[in-house]
Amino acid sequence: MLTIENLAVAYKGIMALRGVSLSVAKGEIFTLIGPNGAGKSTMLNAASGIVPAMSGRILFDGEPIQGRAAHLIARAGLIQVPEGRRVISPLTVAENLALGREAAGRRGSEASDIDEVYELFPILAERRNQLSGQLSGGQQQMLAIGRALMGKPRILLLDEPSLGLAPVIVREVFDALIRLNRGGLTILLVEQNAKLALQTAHNAAVIEQGRIVHQGAASDLIDDPVVADHYFGRAEVMA
Amino acid sequence: MLMQQLLNGVVVGSVYGLFALGFTLIFGVNHIMNMAHGAVFMWGAFAGLYAVILFDVPFPIALLIGAVGGGMVSVVLDWVAFRPLRKRGAPEFSSIVSSIGASLIMLSLAQQLTATRVMRFPFDIFPIVVFNFMGLRIQLLQLIIVGIVFLMVIGLLYYLYRTKYGRHIRSVAFSEQTSKLLGINPFAVNFQLFFLSGALAGIAGVLIGIVFNSVHFMMGEPLLLRAFVVIILGGLGSIPGALIAGLLIGIIQTLTVAYISAGMADALVFSLLFLVLLVRPTGLLGNSGAVARVTRI
Repeated sequence: MLTIENLAVAYKGIMALRGVSLSVAKGEIFTLIGPNGAGKSTMLNAASGIVPAMSGRILFDGEPIQGRAAHLIARAGLIQVPEGRRVISPLTVAENLALGREAAGRRGSEASDIDEVYELFPILAERRNQLSGQLSGGQQQMLAIGRALMGKPRILLLDEPSLGLAPVIVREVFDALIRLNRGGLTILLVEQNAKLALQTAHNAAVIEQGRIVHQGAASDLIDDPVVADHYFGRAEVMA
Repeated sequence: MLMQQLLNGVVVGSVYGLFALGFTLIFGVNHIMNMAHGAVFMWGAFAGLYAVILFDVPFPIALLIGAVGGGMVSVVLDWVAFRPLRKRGAPEFSSIVSSIGASLIMLSLAQQLTATRVMRFPFDIFPIVVFNFMGLRIQLLQLIIVGIVFLMVIGLLYYLYRTKYGRHIRSVAFSEQTSKLLGINPFAVNFQLFFLSGALAGIAGVLIGIVFNSVHFMMGEPLLLRAFVVIILGGLGSIPGALIAGLLIGIIQTLTVAYISAGMADALVFSLLFLVLLVRPTGLLGNSGAVARVTRI
């Protein structure tokens, strides 16, 4: 569904990606893990058209999308939930959701879509008329995901959805992602919490300093001693 | 006498508010201090005036042409002076300099076109009808002007806070990048924004041209300075703030001219600005100067 071929990106004069290739299949959760500054967010932003690709190809459903304007990529069905949630805080919860739908160029009745989001995250229904800036971090993350869903994405890109959230909220968010995936949604997940990401995903790639260093089934990577050593901390490997 | 002057102040002040609205709108969304807003205002007035002189159009059509003319000039200004800078992610200071340059070019063109003449709307552009109300002389034109400004402000608030287009504008004002990730086209938003801003300035231009009975290439510059005072007093990016501060400045200015001296008007207005900045640095209605945006009422 989303294929990245030999992608190189320079960001603020630094080579952030040096020939990254990966492929996300329809219906799967694919996770990209790696340390801070490895190029994970740059990867997502290049796919979303926010940062320009220097070389390489990005294919969405077989069509090259590099160089296309960011809003057109979103309208084509590749929607990103950016890092740090980024809800439009002066707008209410309901307005943010409506925005997600209209922004993607969808028309007609919104009632059933919004009900799906409220069913996934019931807290949003309770807070629907509150300004989204007043929500807790976890609720904002749920709203950011809900808002992206309102655009009916064919692939959902998530940048560090667990960042700064309490473990119980992280669980809730990830359970929602798994439910969405079972409903047929393809997900590309970027995470620093490698263990959680590998437990959630079908396939995974490890990125370091702008290069993919491991790639394979998430269940294999989780048992790989090198990956475990690097990303889970030694204590957990021994235990 | 005082009531009469107050009325005149309200009329002039509401037009100041209209001018300042377009200025604060662009600042609130794009963080651009648009120093060419006075030139857009002047070209809007020119569009209305030439329509009247060349085609003998009636007052409402002149207003409409002033609005569309101002809007189009403003959109072209955005394409030429601001969009290339936005594309490169240039600092906000660059756009101030760019707008000063654009303003000078627009003023020179107008000066060439008119040979530095002061022009007037024909006297019969608006019928002189005067009502006497409790000893007050109220002109129909004054009522119409306050009414138009009132309608424009209500319309603008409705557009920004009750329509999906307004939602897109507020979204881009908050974060252009997030908006793009959702599928909002920032070019379309900026087109609307600059057109609205220019249309408000164009209407203000035609109205000021008729009220003061003079249209010339420098007519926007004193207003631009006062618009600074208006939006700083009202709180950067605040729409009701711009309107209230516009009214206040209009009243103070009119009263000063009537009771003290015409030369003192600007001195008093700017003194007031200093005072307010000392006491309330974020302006009368601004919640915090650093994050002033049209996203909040």
